[in-house]
Amino acid sequence: MTKTVPVVENILGANERLAQTNRARLDETKTFAVNFMASPGAGKTSLILRTMEALKAKYRLAGVDGDVATTIDADRMAAAGIPAVQINTGGSCHLDAVMLQGALPQVALEDTDVLVIENVGNLICPANFPLGAHLNILIASVPEGADKPYKYPNMYRGVQAVILNKTDLLPYFDFDMDYFHRGVEALNPGLAFFPLSAKTGEGLDAWLSWLTARIDAYLTPGT
Amino acid sequence: MHELPFVESILKITLEHAEKANARRVLALDLLVGQMASIVDDSVQFYWDILSKDTIAEGAELRFKRIPAVYRCWDCGHQYQLDGEHLECPQCGSLRVQLVQGDEFRLESIDIE
Repeated sequence: MTKTVPVVENILGANERLAQTNRARLDETKTFAVNFMASPGAGKTSLILRTMEALKAKYRLAGVDGDVATTIDADRMAAAGIPAVQINTGGSCHLDAVMLQGALPQVALEDTDVLVIENVGNLICPANFPLGAHLNILIASVPEGADKPYKYPNMYRGVQAVILNKTDLLPYFDFDMDYFHRGVEALNPGLAFFPLSAKTGEGLDAWLSWLTARIDAYLTPGT
Repeated sequence: MHELPFVESILKITLEHAEKANARRVLALDLLVGQMASIVDDSVQFYWDILSKDTIAEGAELRFKRIPAVYRCWDCGHQYQLDGEHLECPQCGSLRVQLVQGDEFRLESIDIE
């Protein structure tokens, strides 16, 4: 006999539960985790390195780098003097909470104030797989075009800030800043927005002071 | 591509519930998929056929119920379905809008025998 069994379960519930476990693990050692997401070529690694360079005098940093293959990005972090763990996803297009859980024991969390996570370059999948980070940051870039918020709405909905990188290229592209920003606003009203150039450093200060304020609020609450 | 881990999760949840209900076979699954969930039905079906092989859910029918994205305008209260890339309120043009449905991705029920 056929019968219907009600289930009503969120299909990604397992990942979300594990993300909470990761968060709890990070909170035990008071390690503030920032998850950077972007499409391939948006300048994730360059901006992350510049950001780490600016933060490393003040905080103890570590990095986790997600890529389909190779250790190029982790090597670049290590070359900058930041302890880095590479996660090779073996073909998967995003990091998920399980992969981060596997990487955390390789990070000296007790000696880390800020853990920088570089997700796999992709604008679709990372949005569906929270990792347990305290901040999720999306890096967009001028050459990608201003229509990206409209085409990848999920990515823009789950983040706490959007960075628009490569503003030094604005004179060479028909990038409609107003159209871009209106798309971001509709998906995530009031979202922190930082147009900047990781190459020239223009706009970097606003981003760094916003980030620093969040890190400080976490590490030393009530000050 | 990213449907693979979703389907692994769907299969796991299905088999857990089927086992609890002492099912011999799973005949069908009812899935609720919001327009904003970026899930492609055909892709889910493709991985399902591969992953469900040699389980009691092999060959089960996947029934997709699509939920359109609906926004509500904070300024004039108008509710509307998302039309292409036009996020702004069609009534007053405001961009102070909020998604009220359309990001669901749930397994609602399974048919077993």
